[in-house]
Amino acid sequence: MLLLAVDTATPAVTAALHDGRSVVAESTRVDARRHGELLLPAVDRVLAEAGVKPAAVTGVVVGVGPGPYTGLRVGLVTAATFGSALGVPVHGLCTLDGLAHASGLDEPFTVVTDARRKEVYWARYDAERRRVTEPAVDRPAEIDGQVAGLPAVGAGAALYPEVFTDIRGPEHVSAAALADLAARKLAAGEEFLPPLPLYLRRPDAQVPKNYKVVTPK
Amino acid sequence: MADEPLVLGIETSCDETGVGIVRGTTLLADAVASSVDTHARFGGVVPEIASRAHLEAMVPTVERALKQAGVGARDLDGIAVTAGPGLAGALLVGVSAAKAYAYALDKPLYGVNHLASHICVDQLEHGPLPEPTMALLVSGGHSSLLLAPDITSDVRPMGATIDDAAGEAFDKIARVLDLGFPGGPVIDRLAREGDPEAIAFPRGLSGPRDPAYDFSFSGLKTAVARWIEARRAAGEEVPVRDVAASFQEAVVDVLTRKAVRACRDEGVDHLMIGGGVAANSRLRALAEERCERAGIRLRVPRPGLCTDNGAMVAALGAEMVARNRPASDFELSADSSLPVTDPHVPSPAHNHQHSHDHVHEISKENLYS
Ligand SMILES: [Zn+2]
Repeated sequence: MLLLAVDTATPAVTAALHDGRSVVAESTRVDARRHGELLLPAVDRVLAEAGVKPAAVTGVVVGVGPGPYTGLRVGLVTAATFGSALGVPVHGLCTLDGLAHASGLDEPFTVVTDARRKEVYWARYDAERRRVTEPAVDRPAEIDGQVAGLPAVGAGAALYPEVFTDIRGPEHVSAAALADLAARKLAAGEEFLPPLPLYLRRPDAQVPKNYKVVTPK
Repeated sequence: MADEPLVLGIETSCDETGVGIVRGTTLLADAVASSVDTHARFGGVVPEIASRAHLEAMVPTVERALKQAGVGARDLDGIAVTAGPGLAGALLVGVSAAKAYAYALDKPLYGVNHLASHICVDQLEHGPLPEPTMALLVSGGHSSLLLAPDITSDVRPMGATIDDAAGEAFDKIARVLDLGFPGGPVIDRLAREGDPEAIAFPRGLSGPRDPAYDFSFSGLKTAVARWIEARRAAGEEVPVRDVAASFQEAVVDVLTRKAVRACRDEGVDHLMIGGGVAANSRLRALAEERCERAGIRLRVPRPGLCTDNGAMVAALGAEMVARNRPASDFELSADSSLPVTDPHVPSPAHNHQHSHDHVHEISKENLYS
């Protein structure tokens, strides 16, 4: 088994390779503006480090967000196309689950990433790091009552210290964590999400203003 | 490298997800998924809706094209993709897909220019492009006159619109007349039953001191709108067919006049017309008439190849392979304002002095050593 995992739902552009026992290579760079440029070279680095060719990959794992759309799509379309080209399955995982998996926490907590526009993407987890709420996008002040006192994982939490008072690591999601989580789920025969984006917001679609009269009154 | 390279092309610069496959100058497949209906109620292309649609359509459209062409992905000699210009988020979906495809299959990647692709697509219809070729590109996004001595390496802008694109003017007038979006096809249809000389609308930038090859459609658009409003204000019925015909005539008169003049001035005896507006029947007829009078051979691809599609990208990609142009690297950016003077985006490391063979060795080492 050789799982290639990628995630571009947050500022971290991350790729990793898992051989079914452990993560054999990982590459993560944090740059919110260059997902398109950075992802494929990251994939190339992890395959080169592991000394394998793309055709050896037996499955693709992709973080489906939630995340800012433009970057999020880079990972999803890369995973979908890679899977189609090689005829291997593409497994979707919630990006927040990757952060939860990497946290190592054994008490209830939240995972919080930056949704911009003064909002966060977030979900709550139990002491076994299982997600207990659907991923959502909200203003931090409006979810204060639901997250108060809980440890918060992810870079989104640090932006709102007045709401998230107990900040834990890791700050960024890593494809290594996603790959490890996916390998465990595969071994346990658990279901994955379809490799489709969790946008959580409708597109900004402004109906153009009604035709503007140009004749002077 | 093969004389007739087998290339897959991906186009996502606007609202069409296009995947084409060509062998040299032969079209094997042209699969298109369009989100135009979703945009219609907004009266224009909404970038985020287009990007979402590209992501959904990408893999099914690639698979449909391969099936249509009856070729295996492993037989391809290269993957080409529109690197720009276009909507940034939309381009990024296609560029990311092309990279993954090229990488997974170990094929060279060619990021190519959307405008140069519009010109090159004519090779699929009428055989190799004459060199140089004069090209008039008209669509909702662009209106340009281009001189192409070599479509893979030398494309020179002669003129362009200084305000609206020609297709945009069609959309705006259609909106004033309550004809829906997109405006081109419906205006073309109504104009056939109207009198093109009924109303004398202005011809933009046509004075003796105006730039010879630039276009302007903003003044025309305002003039047409004023004319319609005056009618409505007077409580008179608007003669929609005559307005459509007279407006359309003003647009195509300027376009063809300037294109023929550019050919004459540059001593070029071929004119190609591409872009979505090239599907306009009056533009085709008037261009035919004026080119014949001037002794110029007119080349206009069939309407399906004039609108945005993957075949045009594949056509230019195949030419890049056939002429040993350097491939792009995997850091290729989607560039929403890629200048037309860059027909493709070669890897910066391989840009100078290296021969193509040398380039290929280096990239192989970097990828798999
Ligand atoms: Zn176009």
